[in-house]
Amino acid sequence: MTAAERIVITGVGLAAPNGNNLREFRQNLLAGVSGVTACNLRHIGDTLAGNCAFDPLIYQKRKDLRTGTRAGSIAIYAANEAVRDAGLDWARADKARVGVYLGITEHGNVETENEIHQLGQFNYDLKFWSHYHNPRTVANNPAGEVTINLGITGPHYTIGAACAAGNLGCIQGLQQLLLGEVDVALAGGVSESTRTFGIYASFKSQGALASHPEPAKASRPFDLKRNGIVIAEGGGVFVLERLADAQRRGARIYGELAGYSVMSDATDFVLPNPERQAQCIAAAIRRAGLAPRDIHLVSTHATGTKMGDIQECQAIHQVFGDDCPETWFNNTKSYIGHAMGAAGVLELAGNLPSFQDGIVHPTINVDELDPECALPNLVLNRPRAGVRVETILNNSFGMLGINSVLVVRRYIA
Amino acid sequence: MTREQIGQAIVEIIQDILPDENFAKLNPEEKLRDQIGLDSMDFLDIVMELRKRYGVEVPEADYPQLATLNSCIHYLEPKLANK
Repeated sequence: MTAAERIVITGVGLAAPNGNNLREFRQNLLAGVSGVTACNLRHIGDTLAGNCAFDPLIYQKRKDLRTGTRAGSIAIYAANEAVRDAGLDWARADKARVGVYLGITEHGNVETENEIHQLGQFNYDLKFWSHYHNPRTVANNPAGEVTINLGITGPHYTIGAACAAGNLGCIQGLQQLLLGEVDVALAGGVSESTRTFGIYASFKSQGALASHPEPAKASRPFDLKRNGIVIAEGGGVFVLERLADAQRRGARIYGELAGYSVMSDATDFVLPNPERQAQCIAAAIRRAGLAPRDIHLVSTHATGTKMGDIQECQAIHQVFGDDCPETWFNNTKSYIGHAMGAAGVLELAGNLPSFQDGIVHPTINVDELDPECALPNLVLNRPRAGVRVETILNNSFGMLGINSVLVVRRYIA
Repeated sequence: MTREQIGQAIVEIIQDILPDENFAKLNPEEKLRDQIGLDSMDFLDIVMELRKRYGVEVPEADYPQLATLNSCIHYLEPKLANK
């Protein structure tokens, strides 16, 4: 492949429940620091969430916070951080050649619930319904807020793909760069889902909402005592460029998007399908021109639900078998909960430093490993150092059976 | 409400709508739009807040009467006289 056909990550901006930038996030992933805390939510009461602590006023005015959405704020923060991290000469950049592609699990629940709540105080008289409802709830809102904030006149849209969306945002950015539609893609995903009672209540009704007296221990994928999902907010945005452009400006390169796959289960609204997940993982590895044993780190999707975790492990076993001694596995949701539309991109971002430091961050909160999740080389509770990491495979799966897998390779000129 | 109270109420509303602006030098005779960054959505916010806080309806045809602080007071005085 020529340098015009290779897509690389040159900037990372993120807001995670346990870190406001990649350095903090990585530090906490290596130190086992959770970002899950207790919170109280309308109609739900006391519950748990992975909420972010970044200061939105760094990149926005107070009026922007009043009129915009939380997803928009998170996206603006992450996008600005990514642009700054990439060292782009933003003042001179051609903003018409920049695209914003953000994955979302959902958008509009928070705003609609808030509006209905306020309307209730006026006896549901619709003349009190906010004129901001539509601009806040249109599906492109988080990406559109980024363009307004950063003066980007190229394309922007969101990609709705349930909890597979973070990977899909990155894949969309890659494809648009390959098509020559843009020169810089701000790609990733966002979630504001900790502010909607509807999502909590739905997981609860499904028997899939985690609870634990100690918030930091509530998200425990692969552990026998796991009891569901901890919902999180957050966002991750990558600056993606064609390698030729990155080289021309001497950019630092975090990694190269080497392969991907997006496929559907075509079986169920909520139940995963390990057979299809395996097909998707295998397809991404093939597209990268690799074999399963060439993958050194698999960032699992596992959310902490009993069946979901087991089924992903079945899918992984189908692909990797027992003959991939250099393949290590970990999970990020154990620290931050499930960041929904941001999950895929945050989980990938937190693992990117492995290319340099050769450390695989662990899955925390595994006191008693579920034997059905006992993947070989699953890194538990303590980081694994001295690992050769040339390739990372990132799983992200979502409801309605949307599967997305991204393979990233350490950049080698 | 007195004229002074009405003026105070309007400034409070606009301060909530435009929390980044400085209102110290607001000229009551000059158009609000020329002095502070008030866009059309913000203007609708003023109308909405008058409705929510004081039960006052401002029909669209009357919007031009809310151009300056003094014209707001003048327009709202009869509507808020008994509030």
